Amino acid sequence: MPCLSKVIPSIPHENTSSNFIKWLTRLSGQMERVVVSMQDPDMGVKLRNQRLLITVIPHAMTGNDIVEWLMQKFSVCDEEALHVGNLLVKFGYIYPLKEPRVLTLRPDETPYRFQTPYYWTSTRWPASELDYAIYLAKKNIRKQGELIEHEKESYNMLHKRINHTWDFVVMQAREQLRASKQRRKADRIVLECQEQAYWLVNRPPVSPCTCRWDRTRMTFLAYFMCYLHITLISTHSGFVKYCEQYQPHDPIMQGCLPSNPWITDDAMYWTINSDSVAVPTKLRVERWSFSFVELLSDPMGQRELMAYLEKEFSAENLCFWQACEDLRHGENSKIPSKVDEIYKQFLAPGATRWVNIDSKTMEKTLQGIKQPHRFVLDDAQMHIYFLMKKDSYPRYLRSELYKNLLARAVVPQETKKRYRSSWWNMAFHRRRRCRRSLSRPTSPGTRLLGWRCRARQVPGRSRVLYDVRHCLQAKSRRFLRTPPRRPHRHHACPPPSSSVGTQRSHTLYTGPSPSPWKVTGNE
Amino acid sequence: MGEMEQLRKEAESLKDQITAARKAVADATLPDTVSSTAVVGRVQLKTRKTLRGHLAKIYAMHWATDAKLCVSASQDGKLIVWDTLTTNKVNAIPLKSSWVMTCAYAPSGNMVACGGLDNMCSIYNLKGKDGNVKVMRELAAHTGYLSCCRFLSDSEIITSSGDCTCLLWDIETGTQKTTFAGHLGDCMSLAVPGDFKTFVSGACDFTAKLWDIRDSNCTHTFSGHESDVNAIAFFPNGNAVITGSDDATCKLFDLRSDQELITYQDSSIMCGVTSIAPSLSGRLILAGYDDFNVNIWDSLKAERVGVLAGHDNRVSCIGVSTDGMACCTGSWDSFLPSFSFKGQDNVMRLCKQNKQQYL
Repeated sequence: MPCLSKVIPSIPHENTSSNFIKWLTRLSGQMERVVVSMQDPDMGVKLRNQRLLITVIPHAMTGNDIVEWLMQKFSVCDEEALHVGNLLVKFGYIYPLKEPRVLTLRPDETPYRFQTPYYWTSTRWPASELDYAIYLAKKNIRKQGELIEHEKESYNMLHKRINHTWDFVVMQAREQLRASKQRRKADRIVLECQEQAYWLVNRPPVSPCTCRWDRTRMTFLAYFMCYLHITLISTHSGFVKYCEQYQPHDPIMQGCLPSNPWITDDAMYWTINSDSVAVPTKLRVERWSFSFVELLSDPMGQRELMAYLEKEFSAENLCFWQACEDLRHGENSKIPSKVDEIYKQFLAPGATRWVNIDSKTMEKTLQGIKQPHRFVLDDAQMHIYFLMKKDSYPRYLRSELYKNLLARAVVPQETKKRYRSSWWNMAFHRRRRCRRSLSRPTSPGTRLLGWRCRARQVPGRSRVLYDVRHCLQAKSRRFLRTPPRRPHRHHACPPPSSSVGTQRSHTLYTGPSPSPWKVTGNE
Repeated sequence: MGEMEQLRKEAESLKDQITAARKAVADATLPDTVSSTAVVGRVQLKTRKTLRGHLAKIYAMHWATDAKLCVSASQDGKLIVWDTLTTNKVNAIPLKSSWVMTCAYAPSGNMVACGGLDNMCSIYNLKGKDGNVKVMRELAAHTGYLSCCRFLSDSEIITSSGDCTCLLWDIETGTQKTTFAGHLGDCMSLAVPGDFKTFVSGACDFTAKLWDIRDSNCTHTFSGHESDVNAIAFFPNGNAVITGSDDATCKLFDLRSDQELITYQDSSIMCGVTSIAPSLSGRLILAGYDDFNVNIWDSLKAERVGVLAGHDNRVSCIGVSTDGMACCTGSWDSFLPSFSFKGQDNVMRLCKQNKQQYL
């Protein structure tokens, strides 16, 4: 996840408080940079006037605009953009206008505003008690009963603690209120919103502590817990989404068509999904749309993408990527020659299949080529990979070529298990092909139904052992028992201990000993 | 000095509070996000094949990328490549040293590797010119036993060892290219994701580390286990790591947010985890335990949804094939398990052959 990590530094490994303070400072620094670029007049978020009751508040933006801007700027999906946006709101860089106490980013028409730098967390952290007292006193003076529960508690506690400067607090509060009355109504409302937002972030409703260090620590922990909460929600939902997306492809969860080779001994599943099949299965083609990685990891997918790119005259990108992969995973001795070839074909000025890489990466790559090693083309490869992912891949998924393939793709019929007639056929063919290594003594039961297995020595080759007894026993067991249930039905079953007991009692063969076909005296 | 002492105490208590905060938030958020997903229901896997042929404890197995072949290593000194659908042995490779603890199959299918108490990783070429399977390279540089090895390609292999380091080798020249040192205890296992750019290793210092192959440094350390980390695997989406440890728990660590997300534990389980493997979608996690069972966990809801009980000794290795169809378990069995008839899916067992039954 390269883009999101640009904004959010990872939590330090060692849990020391100084490391965490440093982390918090770095995090705030990153967020501030994002916020500054969001406020850029040309490239920033669209701002408009927002009507709040009867007043018009300038420079407001909707939650939707914020998410879209973040998605575009960092090239991330909407979930990750929402995650970053939520952090910006929780840490007080953006505040909601309509419901100031709800510090979450809603990706709809809810209006938000940027917090003024005067009230940024980093400039005024930790928030001073005196300022908080003044704020609460202002609120109290302005309108009796406006303080909510935890604010009342804090007010009383502060009154007790800084009683010696209480006159100063009240005086300041009155002075500030008088100054604000002289401002225009819109400005006054904006300033009040900003101050309120600042205090909602910095004095969340936690129980007031006696010690000043405890207060700081509680605020820090509150920040940290919010950060964790948001991160965890986004990570968890990522996992849930992945599991749900891949569930139809997971044979253990949902079975597979035409049939599971392990249950029916029918290898058709592998045949119809092989690399060189003419018509692929629907599930396989759908899987290519999950991510670019899925498309590239299927050799058939790569071929289809190549065919598409050739039509668009941009096949050199994929060829370059394939050549780089070959370099990274290939033999060490061939690296210089491979690098040379790639340079001649893709990177040299005037090359036949010149790839479009930005100048900085190109310079760095050309410099690195002078001492070729396995990873020298990594940066260029990454650049081309992201180019294809952003541009060619979505276009391929929307193209006629892909849609036609999806329409032509087959959904294989479920095959039932084969019973008696085919069992005899298989047994017959197996008998004809069976070989036995001379060095291993014959175990009884390899001679079945009176047929002898002809031993054939295969000199000089690795030993290939065919255990006919096992095959035939397994086949006959399957023949004799009831047909299996369909894979997608899940039903309650007895607990494991009892089921083991019952399974053993249902076994038709406990081993080769009581076999009627045993030939005595051989082992 | 009094102030220093106080500050130090403050720092310690902050550290504890941060850990408690992490746990509290994790416990609170998980049920919410997962509540809307469907319940998995009881998963029953059934033995489909039993691969018999080893004469001693089976220590390791690894699937090939074609999902039909697998290789297993046992302390009778043999490395056997099985065609699992027909239960035939494709190759039976005798080893120089019988104390083998790990084996690996190359993604291309051309080579297998093994190693153990001989401190060496031996690489065998399966597609030799005259059809014989011969030792291609013997990679010797470790000063401790080889606990795990994994191929990155036909020319590179990563090994983890009891000397607390992991090494990246160049197979052609047989020399080591990079050393990944940082663990404080024996490295017990390693796992490589689909993009082959990083790998994770679990060690006896109770942590798991994520290493970047190119820069050869450790980018993340995951702690939280209370005992040796025996088994480690990547979650299929490549963004999380699942570990199994001797403290009877398995944990899911997220790489992006760098923290432990879920712990899979049950008060009735008191024995260590020896091996772990996720299913293809990641929804199910199969873990082999010392109490001879394999437990199947629902990875999102952290509930046990199935048990595979059929081994008569410790389950030493487990692997899910690349297409997710089958899971193979290997154990220190000395008896052949009988087949079971319930359920709908695939398990294969590698067990030691018992000669007595032929009498």
